[in-house]
Amino acid sequence: MIRLEPRGPVAVSRMIVVSLAAGGAALVLAAIPMLFAGLSVFEAYALMIKGAFGSLFAFTEMLTRATPLILTGLAAAVAFRAKLWNIGAEGQLYAGALAAVAVGTGAISLPSAALIPLVIFAGALAGGLVMLGPTLLKTRLGVDEVVTTLLLNFVILLFVQMMLEGPMKDPMGMGWPQSEPILDEAALPKLLARMRIHWGLVIALGAALAVYFLLKKTVWGFEIRAVGENANAARHAGIPVTTTFIRVGLISGALAGLAGVGEVAGLKGYLTADLSPGFGYSGIVVAMLAGLSPIGVVFAALFIASIFVGADSMSRATGVSNYLADLIVAMALLCVLVSGLFLRFKIRIVGRNAGQEVSE
Amino acid sequence: MANTGSQSVPVLKLEGITKRFGKLTANSDVSLELRPGEILALLGENGAGKTTLMNILFGHYVADEGKVFVGTKDKLSELQPGSPNAALEAGVGMVHQHFTLAENLSALDNILLGTEKLTSLGSSHVSARQKLEQLMLRSGLSVNLDTPVAQLSVGEKQRVEILKALYRDARVLVLDEPTAVLTPQESETLFETLKKLTADGLGIIFISHKLAEVIASSHRIAILRAGRKVADLPTKGSDQRQLAELMVGHEVAETVRDPKDAGDTLLELRGVSAGHGREVLRNVDLELKAGEILGIAGVSGNGQTTLARVITGLVTAASGSMTLDKRDVSKASVRQMLQAGLARIPEDRHRDGVVGAMSVSENLAIETIRAPENQKLGLLRFSAMRERARRQIEAFDIRCQSENSPARLLSGGNIQKIVLARSLEADPRVVLAAQPSRGLDVGATSDVHRRLLVAREGGAGVILISEDLDELMRLSDRIAVIHRGVLSKAEGTEKLDRATLGMQMAGHSEGDAA
Repeated sequence: MIRLEPRGPVAVSRMIVVSLAAGGAALVLAAIPMLFAGLSVFEAYALMIKGAFGSLFAFTEMLTRATPLILTGLAAAVAFRAKLWNIGAEGQLYAGALAAVAVGTGAISLPSAALIPLVIFAGALAGGLVMLGPTLLKTRLGVDEVVTTLLLNFVILLFVQMMLEGPMKDPMGMGWPQSEPILDEAALPKLLARMRIHWGLVIALGAALAVYFLLKKTVWGFEIRAVGENANAARHAGIPVTTTFIRVGLISGALAGLAGVGEVAGLKGYLTADLSPGFGYSGIVVAMLAGLSPIGVVFAALFIASIFVGADSMSRATGVSNYLADLIVAMALLCVLVSGLFLRFKIRIVGRNAGQEVSE
Repeated sequence: MANTGSQSVPVLKLEGITKRFGKLTANSDVSLELRPGEILALLGENGAGKTTLMNILFGHYVADEGKVFVGTKDKLSELQPGSPNAALEAGVGMVHQHFTLAENLSALDNILLGTEKLTSLGSSHVSARQKLEQLMLRSGLSVNLDTPVAQLSVGEKQRVEILKALYRDARVLVLDEPTAVLTPQESETLFETLKKLTADGLGIIFISHKLAEVIASSHRIAILRAGRKVADLPTKGSDQRQLAELMVGHEVAETVRDPKDAGDTLLELRGVSAGHGREVLRNVDLELKAGEILGIAGVSGNGQTTLARVITGLVTAASGSMTLDKRDVSKASVRQMLQAGLARIPEDRHRDGVVGAMSVSENLAIETIRAPENQKLGLLRFSAMRERARRQIEAFDIRCQSENSPARLLSGGNIQKIVLARSLEADPRVVLAAQPSRGLDVGATSDVHRRLLVAREGGAGVILISEDLDELMRLSDRIAVIHRGVLSKAEGTEKLDRATLGMQMAGHSEGDAA
């Protein structure tokens, strides 16, 4: 009989080891279909590593891809900590991007020292407000936020498409459904000349530190953790549970909104309806891989971004579909979910007679 | 009394049972005999090994050493270890504390569940019904067999459980804390029934920690302490104090309440109605004075939970008013009630008392997390929190590895100490203690009682919501009874006796309480 014994407090070192092991296991499992496709596994992985780390350009591309993932990962992590299931980062990202475009394409003319912060603020606010609706529906009426946030993604994407076909369509865009370009004064500066990497990365890393600090050191963070771990006890202890949910919803939505700001004002320069290849959803994977730790989110986002960028490069070299990246990411998530069991329990194989715990 | 012919073969014999879990020895060389027609009380604190022993008897565990014998006719035969089926076939029946009934099935279906072969579904109902009706007639256990279990009262559900065992021709019946959920009257009825059952030679073991009922209803008492059997004595001639000391292993400090005059009114409820369904409050008046303990007696599920939630500030009363120190607090939030000096010991300490994943020190600070001693400009003052936690751990004897261990790793008694430490340390005005000793062992219970009395000495008003009449009679200055959401007028404890309270708890009208 296999028996699970609960472990005591989990050391950070153990969490890191288990996360790394899960990532490794995912690579091993993903090698199986690669073998069937007739690839040399080592060669393919070598190509992936080269594609993500092989040159300064490759490396900065990987960091650029990681930037929105860090932010959507944080959005998921902070919400999930409070057991507020925000599945709507994708929609909040588009809302943030839309607000950035609304403010940053000429409606307001200000010097960049004022306009950039305004664009950032507008994007964060839009993301936060989008998440406020589902949060209020949850706290007031008990509506399941998983459903509302998920469905809002489609509502917002359709709204963005409508705006891009209508009022916000670029008249100079040759008929393409895209917004006017972000003004130079509103754009996030590049970090390196001739590379696409931009200040969004600094914002994302700053956000990760800020969320870490919030959860670990502040009264708000204490209340978020208490509500997430045992809402009944938190309410009984006088913690304002509803307010905490609203706070978390705003923070989470704002972080996802920031991801949209970075993509539109740092990378693309204008808004299209295919701005995000599912960064909002990948953020959930990032958060889970990171065990909902804000610092872990940074590393998990780097991992996922390396896989995506590396697989793109590998597929160009070998002709294997870059869907392999999705496969590895999915495997990694499954491995992490399984490894959570190892974190929380010791697994022992014992005789049939040992069974339940003895009280006290 | 018992027809315990000492010559007869025992119906059950445990011989030298030892069971270890890793380093812990749950049972150490325990031997026990049960004669036909005998009622044996198994006493012991939490963790003394009662449940392990019974689980070995039922084949849920296999003993590391020792054997179980079951007496059939005139000889003993060894029971196959580790097989619940063998135990059932040998006529060992068990009534668990938490009933194992399917709520949506009728009583009859529940009793037959598992006794019929798949191929004979439904066909044997007629003969089964006849057998059960005979059983009910003989034992006095009457239940309407066709009622869905969900509609039965707790006492009736227990009867279904007992009938289930008897239907399977049990010759040994084990009851785990059978009176935990019953009114005093129901308990008495239960023990009368059990006595009747022993007339047919049924041997009964009941597990309990209520000393009074053990003395009143058993023939013999076996006491377990730390896995060993420390006493096996006839009930006749034993007294509560002696039993308690055998159970705990040392003298138990008896909690004594000095009579004294109560002070001014602290907390007052006027015409409070709240809640719905079973947990409803109807027009409740309550007055709590400084320096008194006001007991609220009642069987669980008669509105106590809602009463506690209203006073806590978790629920706003639909009508009526509540004042604390003459200030209106009808609409006060939990935090406002805390700041006004209310201390709470919640009924369900695991659900409402602690956040299991957070540390002992965080749990000790959770109610005052926004107070200046715990934060500055929204930043937590960890070292101050931990230092205070270390002091409270010391003062309240909370057994934990350190102030940083997660609260979920602590035992129930120690979790209760966390709750006591954080609520009673700050000299509260009003203490709301809901079922404060539920599930605690003798030592922890006496600690809780002592601290409530200390709070009372300090001039606090204490509301003690409990199902345990002994606890209420010992601690309370006045007692009111709650039944179906209606709270009776509180009377001085001196003027009350168990019988009257029991009648009131049953609401006078319930026929089965008589």
